[in-house]
Amino acid sequence: MTVIEEVSVPSPRDGDGGPLLEVRDLHVEFHTREGVVKAVNGVNYSVDAGETLAVLGESGSGKSVTAQAVMGILDMPPAKIPQGEILFRGQDMLKMSGEERRKIRGRRIAMIFQDALSSLNPVLSVGYQLGEMFRVHQGMSKKDAKAKAIELMDRVKIPAAAARVNDYPHQFSGGMRQRIMIAMALALEPDLIIADEPTTALDVTVQAQVMELLADLQREYNMGLILITHDLGVVADVADKIAVMYAGRIVERAPVHELYKRPAHPYTRGLLDSIPRLDQKGQELYAIKGLPPNLLRVPSGCAFNPRCPKAQDICRTDIPDLFPVTEPDGSELVGRASACHFWKETIHG
Amino acid sequence: MAELSKNDEPQDATPNVSDVEVVDAHSETEAVAAIEAPVERGEPILQVRDLVKHFPLTQGILFRKQIGAVKAVDGVSFDLYQGETLGIVGESGCGKSTVAKLLMNLEQVTAGEIFYKGQDITKLSGRAQKAVRRNIQMVFQDPYTSLNPRMTVGDIIGEPYDIHPEVAPKGDRRRKVQELLDVVGLNPEYINRYPHQFSGGQRQRIGIARGLALNPEVIICDEPVSALDVSVQAQVINLMERLQDEFNLSYIFIAHDLSIVRHISDRVGVMYLGKIAEIGSDEQIYDHPTHPYTQALLSAVPVPDPEAREGRERIILTGDVPSPANPPSGCRFRTRCWKAQDKCAQEEPLLAVPERFKSVDTPAAHESACHFAEEKDVVHAA
Amino acid sequence: MPDVTKTDVKTGAQDPVGGAPAVAALEAKPEKARSLWGDAWADLRRSWIFIVSSVLIFILLLITFFPGWFTSAEPILGDLSKHYLQKPKLGDIGSADWLGYDQQGRSVYARVIYGTRASIAVGFGTTLLVTLLGSLVGMIAGYFGGVVDSVLSRLTDVFFGIPFLLGTMVVLNSFPDRTTWIVIGALGLFGWTQISRVMRGAVITTKQADYVQAAKALGAGTPRIMFRHILPNTLAPVIVVATISLGVYIAAEATLSFLGLGLSGVSWGNDISDGGNQIRVAQWIMLYPSIMLSITVLAFIMLGEAVRNALDPKMR
Repeated sequence: MTVIEEVSVPSPRDGDGGPLLEVRDLHVEFHTREGVVKAVNGVNYSVDAGETLAVLGESGSGKSVTAQAVMGILDMPPAKIPQGEILFRGQDMLKMSGEERRKIRGRRIAMIFQDALSSLNPVLSVGYQLGEMFRVHQGMSKKDAKAKAIELMDRVKIPAAAARVNDYPHQFSGGMRQRIMIAMALALEPDLIIADEPTTALDVTVQAQVMELLADLQREYNMGLILITHDLGVVADVADKIAVMYAGRIVERAPVHELYKRPAHPYTRGLLDSIPRLDQKGQELYAIKGLPPNLLRVPSGCAFNPRCPKAQDICRTDIPDLFPVTEPDGSELVGRASACHFWKETIHG
Repeated sequence: MAELSKNDEPQDATPNVSDVEVVDAHSETEAVAAIEAPVERGEPILQVRDLVKHFPLTQGILFRKQIGAVKAVDGVSFDLYQGETLGIVGESGCGKSTVAKLLMNLEQVTAGEIFYKGQDITKLSGRAQKAVRRNIQMVFQDPYTSLNPRMTVGDIIGEPYDIHPEVAPKGDRRRKVQELLDVVGLNPEYINRYPHQFSGGQRQRIGIARGLALNPEVIICDEPVSALDVSVQAQVINLMERLQDEFNLSYIFIAHDLSIVRHISDRVGVMYLGKIAEIGSDEQIYDHPTHPYTQALLSAVPVPDPEAREGRERIILTGDVPSPANPPSGCRFRTRCWKAQDKCAQEEPLLAVPERFKSVDTPAAHESACHFAEEKDVVHAA
Repeated sequence: MPDVTKTDVKTGAQDPVGGAPAVAALEAKPEKARSLWGDAWADLRRSWIFIVSSVLIFILLLITFFPGWFTSAEPILGDLSKHYLQKPKLGDIGSADWLGYDQQGRSVYARVIYGTRASIAVGFGTTLLVTLLGSLVGMIAGYFGGVVDSVLSRLTDVFFGIPFLLGTMVVLNSFPDRTTWIVIGALGLFGWTQISRVMRGAVITTKQADYVQAAKALGAGTPRIMFRHILPNTLAPVIVVATISLGVYIAAEATLSFLGLGLSGVSWGNDISDGGNQIRVAQWIMLYPSIMLSITVLAFIMLGEAVRNALDPKMR
């Protein structure tokens, strides 16, 4: 415990008043045989300590690529970041040396992946893999590291942690493995956790356990959490604010209650309308027509226009900015924005 | 599907196994005739009785000896009525996909019977088996792996006609394939394209078209939308509902997403560790669940409504699903159940209408395999 | 009974998902129907390794079938007045004198040209044999599994355990007159195991694919599942291994000839063996067949490499 305390001291929580993490005008492109895939096109978002930002999107929306860019784990090439800033506590990580970034990665920013089995080394015991963090980053002895590993496994509520510390990843169930991943991410008490579809591979009852654990730990450590998911249900349960992504751009931003009550972008509205409800039978589902865009041939103007019921000529020519959303009387709606030329009609009409 | 309301008393609608006519193997022609005969809407078309599938666990390289068995499906019975959708939900490893494979005859049953229009399809062979194959089709989960990447869309959808040439004469096939493409909402000119040229949702439409080619009566859908993007799921669900009306199909819809199952199903069965825990109409299961597992499952579903999250009670189960190679004694859910008592470990609860609800006219009176069944609404905010 | 032929409901336009075809048509317009083989071919054509190796192989095939186009000299007839003291006249490209003469007065150039046929025949013949034999065994073992698989896999292991050259030498040693067929047979007998293993692995993976399950669910029989669904999806790794091993068999034949156990007629290996004895006085006798051999082996290995890059799904 003492060692962890020493490390966490030099990390000034809310030190300079700015956000914990801020992504500014981030662009990411992939150079492939068929051409340049613009996966992320000018994304802005920020997270504060103790806050949960959900990044919602379908496959190809750029939600995971953005997170990988923040984490610094994109393969470059084929990926390229032609433009943008990723500020962690005010410092642009894209301008840092590889060594400086490595220090932040794992210690200050940790990541949890969807597939825990392939993220753990199958030939090393989980105790060894958890302890490795302490041995490598803090020079602990083998014995102390193992004791820390057991403590962490206890913290993420793995039953009989002391007995299971020498087990291998395949001996754990999917939910338990995801807990081990969370324990690993927590090991060095990071300021920010990025969770990329952390519960998608899990069963519903286990999903609930894991999300609850993650939310509890976040509160306890006052961490920032970026939750990347396609599941509107999971988002509603844990997020404070939401950024909805489509074709590499943020199309809507809102506090969680607001988004579900009054979506300001036709895509968000369509998504909410297209999912069946658990508490009533319902009629025919509303279906967003068409297909998610091919990133090699993103439609001109607003990328959603071919699927949008509200699309006008302007939508096919002009890419909409992320307009601030206001009440009909002009009063500000805090934290709300929509990248739709007709956001007024969408939210109020 | 209002016609089905008369089946609200499931024990009445369920015929006794002994009543079901078992046809001699010689009278293949008779069997084929029975299989081809139409079934009235609302009558049972598929009846599953005490279905068991054990996968042996073996040891040794050249001389294998059995050291145990994974009890993937362990005594499952249900009926599918003509024109309805029966949803089967459960977590991974509960045996729902194995049930699908058994119904499709892709795996050999260990024990039990599957009656299609009164014929036990696990014992059929030759022409009768082919006739059953034609009438029961399947839509697979993963549209990326269920289409042969080296075949054109036309060959994939037309393959059923190669195998069952009596359904369509040769010269007719191309037109039929194009019609099928049209029916599932794809451009008929795509007939010469290959699967990798399509998106996930389009591929699933191709898979559905293949399932429709032989004019089947029953389609088994194993997680047909879980690999698709949210915005595309609704399209495919709507398509499947439309096709059901258009072609008078009966569906068995296997999924883990409880909201989608509620939307599409007339009746729902909840599976846990190879057995059915509870079965009833969608309203009975979702609004009046009596089995603790169903209640936990429903309460754990994240609801896309932040207001609702405050009002809902959440039952968070402890622990994991036990291994199906070594299931708990008595009630299989007892190791994770908050109501479990000594009785649950000793005596296996049978799937039946609980005694206390038998004489009462209540939606809680449906089959539930729990000694201490009681109603609890976990879906609607308090 | 639902009847698809009577689609009275013209779907697509009025259907709620009807946007899909329209949008898809819009989006898919520039694409033509492309099979995976077609994609691989398009890739291949753009690879310089493929172009270089196929030009080389084309020339080798021309030499094989029409040696007379390249030289009028006879490879077997020796003119003792021109024995190996006559050095190569490198300026005389294509003449019988070009690459010099061996100790029996035979034109080295003519022997290099006529020796190509032996190498190419053994290379192609052996590859064809091992591919057929190996694929068959691997397919049967992988598809049927169980006891069949156990027996065939152990058999494969037994043959795999015998050192390749040692095995072929033992077999060839018992034939006094070693024709092309016998050499092919001996190489094939010990060479099929690699293809068999590759095929078995690919079949086991493909057998579990959903599209094979789908075909079974339709009631498809074993031949259809094997040849229409499994085989086309297992060919890629087999083709790669076969192409690369073609070069290996040509080298193996030369090795056997060098050891005196190869073909009885004209072949590069025999010439290299003979030339080895004269290396101090007449290096050219050994040098030119060796260069041809290296170029040939390299060409096939390069071709295999190019094919692998084009067929490997991870690269696309």
